[in-house]
Amino acid sequence: MFYREAGQFKSTYQTDQAIFPIVQDRWFMALVFIVAFVVIPLVADEYWHQAIIIPFLILALAAIGLNILTGYAGLVSLGTGAFMAVGAYSTYKMSTAFPDLNIIIIFLLSGVFAAMVGMVFGAPSLRIKGFYLAVATLAAQFFILWVFNKVEWFFNYSPSGTITAPPRELFGVLVTGPEASPVARYYVCLVFLVVFAFAAKNMARGRLGRSWMAIRDMDIAAEIIGIRPLQTKLSAFGISSFYCGVAGALYIFCWLGSAETEAFDILNVSFPVLFMVIIGGLGSVLGAILGAAFITLMPIFLTNAPPMIGIHLAADLQKHIEEIILGLMIITFLIVEPAGFNRLWQIAKEKIRKWPFPY
Amino acid sequence: MKLRSLLLATAGIAVGVTGMIESKAAFAAKEVFFPVMVYRTGAYAPSGVPIANGFRDYYDLLNKRDGGIEGNKVVWEECETKYNTKIGVECYEKLKGKHGGAVIVSPYSTGLTYQLIPKAPVDNVPILSMGYGRTAAADGRVFPWVFNFPSTYWSQASAFVQYVGNQIGGLDKLSGQHIAHLHHNSAYGKEANPTLKALSKKFGFKLTVLAVDHPGQEQKAAWLQIRRKRPDWVFMSGWGVMNQVAIKEGNSIGYPMDKFVGNWWSGSDADVIPAGDGAIGYKSTAMHAAGTKFPLFKDIIKHVYGGDAAKAKANNVGEVLYNRAILNAVFATEAVRKAAKAKGGTPTGADVRKALETFSIDKARLKALGLAGFANPVSVSCKNHEGTSPGVFIQQWTGTAWKVQGGFVPAMSDVVRPLVEKAAAAYAKENKIKPASC
Repeated sequence: MFYREAGQFKSTYQTDQAIFPIVQDRWFMALVFIVAFVVIPLVADEYWHQAIIIPFLILALAAIGLNILTGYAGLVSLGTGAFMAVGAYSTYKMSTAFPDLNIIIIFLLSGVFAAMVGMVFGAPSLRIKGFYLAVATLAAQFFILWVFNKVEWFFNYSPSGTITAPPRELFGVLVTGPEASPVARYYVCLVFLVVFAFAAKNMARGRLGRSWMAIRDMDIAAEIIGIRPLQTKLSAFGISSFYCGVAGALYIFCWLGSAETEAFDILNVSFPVLFMVIIGGLGSVLGAILGAAFITLMPIFLTNAPPMIGIHLAADLQKHIEEIILGLMIITFLIVEPAGFNRLWQIAKEKIRKWPFPY
Repeated sequence: MKLRSLLLATAGIAVGVTGMIESKAAFAAKEVFFPVMVYRTGAYAPSGVPIANGFRDYYDLLNKRDGGIEGNKVVWEECETKYNTKIGVECYEKLKGKHGGAVIVSPYSTGLTYQLIPKAPVDNVPILSMGYGRTAAADGRVFPWVFNFPSTYWSQASAFVQYVGNQIGGLDKLSGQHIAHLHHNSAYGKEANPTLKALSKKFGFKLTVLAVDHPGQEQKAAWLQIRRKRPDWVFMSGWGVMNQVAIKEGNSIGYPMDKFVGNWWSGSDADVIPAGDGAIGYKSTAMHAAGTKFPLFKDIIKHVYGGDAAKAKANNVGEVLYNRAILNAVFATEAVRKAAKAKGGTPTGADVRKALETFSIDKARLKALGLAGFANPVSVSCKNHEGTSPGVFIQQWTGTAWKVQGGFVPAMSDVVRPLVEKAAAAYAKENKIKPASC
């Protein structure tokens, strides 16, 4: 009744091509932005910012990056953690070597480094596909982390091999380091996510995204209609790694504060991000964000839910139960809706369209 | 279709319910809160369970026997981290403000300690990382909120070299010796490397560094090198499942166990028992004694376990890491006691930090606590957070128990302290910290 296209006429190409062609969608997005930019910083306390919202934003960014590669271009990668590590370590190196350089520029430059590394390890994708490519990116995962653990130059010869985010300011406000307020760090992550999510959405709708999807759906056919496989695949690797690199930089600088390579471990990062993409829905920006929300927030919710309703369990028992429930939820969800949260969202929209008179 | 709606409805209700029930713990005036980071699950659980039980039992004992610390009820809450740094951060953020604020935190994970060090001055929660974490924190001028007495990784490594010197008849005989350092490939495992390198330069022994990747079940490559190079001594910085695997591997290549020395995180009961008789003779450093012969443990069995010694044994009482947690809990609660006395009420994190800066436990106090001969006396200063007498005991596994061999082996503070101050100064420069004057 309220959510419908009827009566919304498009008289220019511009309105026809808008990301959100329906006015209700635009209202909804405006509401989301108000909540994200105004309400959350006012309402959320430090625990919410530090433990829940900031990691969610950062991992959502990484998931969008991986979704470009896996969802849009159909190239499976298990090297997300490594590409994030490239972003993190290059940010660390640059910010300690050039303390006066603007931190945002450093974040973006580290994304560029990650993109270059990503393209190098993406080169085999021209010849190998599917599981074999996954194994090749797995090699990147192990090799890159090994290098960062082994070569002392990368962590400035610190005795323990740990990198620590130095304090850096943006417009006179501390945004990295331990003394930066959670709200400042939240805003940095949020702006990155919003800008990059819109960029990804637009890339996916444009020539680049269409060529990725063509390669994904049938590479030979795509080649015949004039899409160059090498450039297309490498651009997917490069842009995906750029996203992951920036996410990795934020991961250390705006969230953890200090870390060793173990923070980018395959089980800690690469697999969870891949699960976010799968659970959220392949080939969709919204899906990546919803998937990230599920994977990061659900375990915390499951840990905190029993004490909130008055059930106090031993810490280890609760952890075991949490893992069991989370696993069951993932299995159930993938059986009920294999196409992910994004599909669920679309179904919901269809339903709202027909509400309250479904036919 | 029905299933999906049901799931959605359940999820919706769950979210709604938790939103409504905002659980704000009632703030009672006379209590001190200790957050306890535990890992009772995962690859490091063999090490984590005894530690968690130790903290739990000592806090429980203080409440049941003494009614708390100086009239303040001891409140503690466990949070499961799986030894995962990120979950640890989440736990810390969740717990730090509860019950009027944490007064002290012991993360029991070097990775987590690194995370918490920059947060400590912001949150006003002092860190007691007893023999782990960032070694440079021994310089109290740069790290006023972090304490790592009674000894650090670097002091421990130098004490190990001292021990080797003692065994072969003098430090001058060290040149020509070959020492291998088998370490967990993480911030924790790497800590001892710079010290060992400096000492190898000073004394002329050959050093081979062998890294084992997390979680440490796969060590064939490292032990192949040990078999080839035949080092005279192997020093191990291991943790969790890595320790028992290393002892088994050492056995399988016939490496002499009495030349194989673990650090204090590689010398617990759970590390040697799986290796069976092969572990007999294996040594490790220690900062305290094992076993239950001290009066305090009688109190624990009496008050916490209701006199049920079998149940106490099942809860690891007397194991090395259990006793480590007891020592840690004693240090933490004694600092809180000191702060409470000085303030005459319920101390905050800042008060406890002040108390830690002049913290000391002498022989008489240890005796009063029922721990005579359990550990060395400790005294900390504002400048020196490692304590004035760092060093280790060497303990050996007899097949049934850990026995301390010989006396206390002091660390080479003349070598270690300049390294600590240099590392602390570098940290201060990188993070724009102005060192406090002491």
